[in-house]
Amino acid sequence: MVKKPNGATIYLPQIEAHPSCILIRNGRVIDPANSIDEILNIGIENGIIKFVSKNVPSDFRAQEEINAEGMWVVPGLMDMHVHLREPGREDKETIETGTQAAAAGGFTSIACMPNTNPVLDEESKIRYVIQRAQYCPCRIYPIGSITKGLLGEELSPFGEMVRAGAKAVSDDGKSVKKSNIMKNALNYSKSFKIPVICHCEDSDLSAGGQINEGVVSTRLGLRGIPSIAEDVIVARDIMLAAYTGARIHIAHVSTAQSVRLIRDAKKQGINITCETCPHYFTLCEEDVGEYNTNRKMNPPLRTPLDREEIIAGLADGTIDVIASDHAPHVPEEKDVEFDAASFGVIGLETSLSVTLTYLVDKDILLPADLVEKMSLAPNKILGLDGGTLTVGKRADITIIDPKTKWKVDSSNFFSKSRNTPFEGFELKGCVKATILGGAIVFLRQQENK
Amino acid sequence: MGLSIKHLLGLKGVSKEDISLILDTADSFYEVLQREIPLVPTLRGKTILNLFFENSTRTRMSFELAEKRLSANPLNFSSSTSSVAKGESLRDTMRNIEAMKIDMVVVRHSAAGAPHFLTRCTKAPIINAGDGLNEHPTQALLDMMTIRQRFKKLEGLKVAIIGDILHSRVARSNAWGMKTMGMDVVLCGPPTLLPQKPEALGVKVTDNIDEALRDANVVMLLRLQLERQGSGLFPSIREYRERYGLDLEKLKKLPDDIIIMHPGPINRGIELASNVADCEKSVILDQVTNGVAVRMAVLFLLGGGENG
Repeated sequence: MVKKPNGATIYLPQIEAHPSCILIRNGRVIDPANSIDEILNIGIENGIIKFVSKNVPSDFRAQEEINAEGMWVVPGLMDMHVHLREPGREDKETIETGTQAAAAGGFTSIACMPNTNPVLDEESKIRYVIQRAQYCPCRIYPIGSITKGLLGEELSPFGEMVRAGAKAVSDDGKSVKKSNIMKNALNYSKSFKIPVICHCEDSDLSAGGQINEGVVSTRLGLRGIPSIAEDVIVARDIMLAAYTGARIHIAHVSTAQSVRLIRDAKKQGINITCETCPHYFTLCEEDVGEYNTNRKMNPPLRTPLDREEIIAGLADGTIDVIASDHAPHVPEEKDVEFDAASFGVIGLETSLSVTLTYLVDKDILLPADLVEKMSLAPNKILGLDGGTLTVGKRADITIIDPKTKWKVDSSNFFSKSRNTPFEGFELKGCVKATILGGAIVFLRQQENK
Repeated sequence: MGLSIKHLLGLKGVSKEDISLILDTADSFYEVLQREIPLVPTLRGKTILNLFFENSTRTRMSFELAEKRLSANPLNFSSSTSSVAKGESLRDTMRNIEAMKIDMVVVRHSAAGAPHFLTRCTKAPIINAGDGLNEHPTQALLDMMTIRQRFKKLEGLKVAIIGDILHSRVARSNAWGMKTMGMDVVLCGPPTLLPQKPEALGVKVTDNIDEALRDANVVMLLRLQLERQGSGLFPSIREYRERYGLDLEKLKKLPDDIIIMHPGPINRGIELASNVADCEKSVILDQVTNGVAVRMAVLFLLGGGENG
């Protein structure tokens, strides 16, 4: 058990072996896969969803009961873009702390990126991550690299990695620079029915850049990362996907032009999905302020117009997924001059609340859209059968308190790192409980006075 | 009245009153510098750290001389590489030196915002002597002082700054400061050497040198970093010189009382023809002299002194 001063508590699970029967009473059950959005009871037995119904079957004896009145009961959330840093940089995050942060953020599944040290580019390394995840409070689906060592030259063994449990491939952190290698990767991926996750960045255009190239980079005297560094590779990868017929997923969309390109590609029937991150629909380049390194990430915060188009893309369904791009860094990498600071921000423990506050509370997304983008869609994209509350399925459930307001205080985070761009933000809505395979792995108790 | 600012991080956001106070004070120190013994006891006993993470001869000498003329004790730290490369963070470097007791810090660093960062590491006043592509405020102040010496005013004068605007912290500081002082600033260079979104600076920007020079009172040429040709920003020195260099022929078309400035060091025969650099319209050496006076003024005012 790990308990924080604010009452948030992680319980270590005995995954798939939890004997207890849990009754979640009178919650608003939101399950878009089954077109459900009403006040219902959910019963869990032996880690499986036993019933979702108005009445509790008379023979069901709950050992534990959760009163979910006023709460939303949704399929366990999934974050398909997380950097766990293990192996290699366990000072930033470990599989243990990263999964605790995930559970505290309402996630029952995460997919982790392969840019660790060593890179997850072969079967044994994928197996290592899966083994380390065994007793953690969140499921982990590793993503293998597209190229060996992320060097952009030779393909990693997709087949062996998939056999070990990889659900996608990505060279996240950079693009596969050579278009012919990317074309080969896309063609090769088709044998395994996995998506290729594209980090879209023309490294020649972005070289040396620190924040978005625009009025703020001019004002602060920082070198710029132009929006076209993203756009041209999004366009290239769309063309390659159309040509090869492979399935691509564009990571962390940050520009208006990317949204338009993806919208058009979808209209043409190209096999493409995409994600954005909470910071791209809440913040913009102005928020870099006076060289705030906790607002430095790649791709960078863009202009208010880009943010507007990202929000439009979320609303019209162009953007399928909200993922955090959780990128932990130690203070020594952030508490430095801006040029020297590492790119990346953490997000697992704020993603849901930021989305609730900035999209659902503002009526841009319906609660069911949130569940779609933070649970059902990422599960589908990675070929998993989670993201639903279907009877008979594994009981991965998140209970959301949509009303309670809280202030972001990174000292209470379960993550090892503190580099959130939302420090001090007042957010509305939080995770009440996270249930993994029928076991309560996270519970937010009443705050102690 | 003293300055309303505690540090001189840049001229962006600095008020007209503060800039005027620095320039007036610099004029008084200019008088001091004409004396037989150009020395005042104003900062006696104060230790001023010159923290230079980038190569600099001129600016560092100018600061050091200003400190000595004020009877302060300069302490020099220079490293051509950033501290990160040496394995010590900027914060630790600052803390370590501060532990030896220092009163003020003059810093030059390749990272924009490094002086801003230092204000969070030490209580001592920080003076920016150049941070990345961002600002070089004392250079802009000495430029304004030099212009004011010639024209007895700043407001309403038109200044054309010509060259590699994109990579010039001098152009930026001048744009911020001169705009505040009511001057008409035009930045000019090939489009590849202009910022992508120049409107943030709030001044005119053009790639047309004739337009920039029209009715100008002051023309300032910037040093062309010759290695930028290799990175594809302009095709050849010859074409650059022809389009953006100031030679006698271009000079002839300009008003009689125009003055020519350059922050140095000059690439003779590139941005500035040799005979133009040395002509009577050139105030380049006045800039160097005024640099010491302006830096004395800034050190004096931030060190707790008041004018008059």
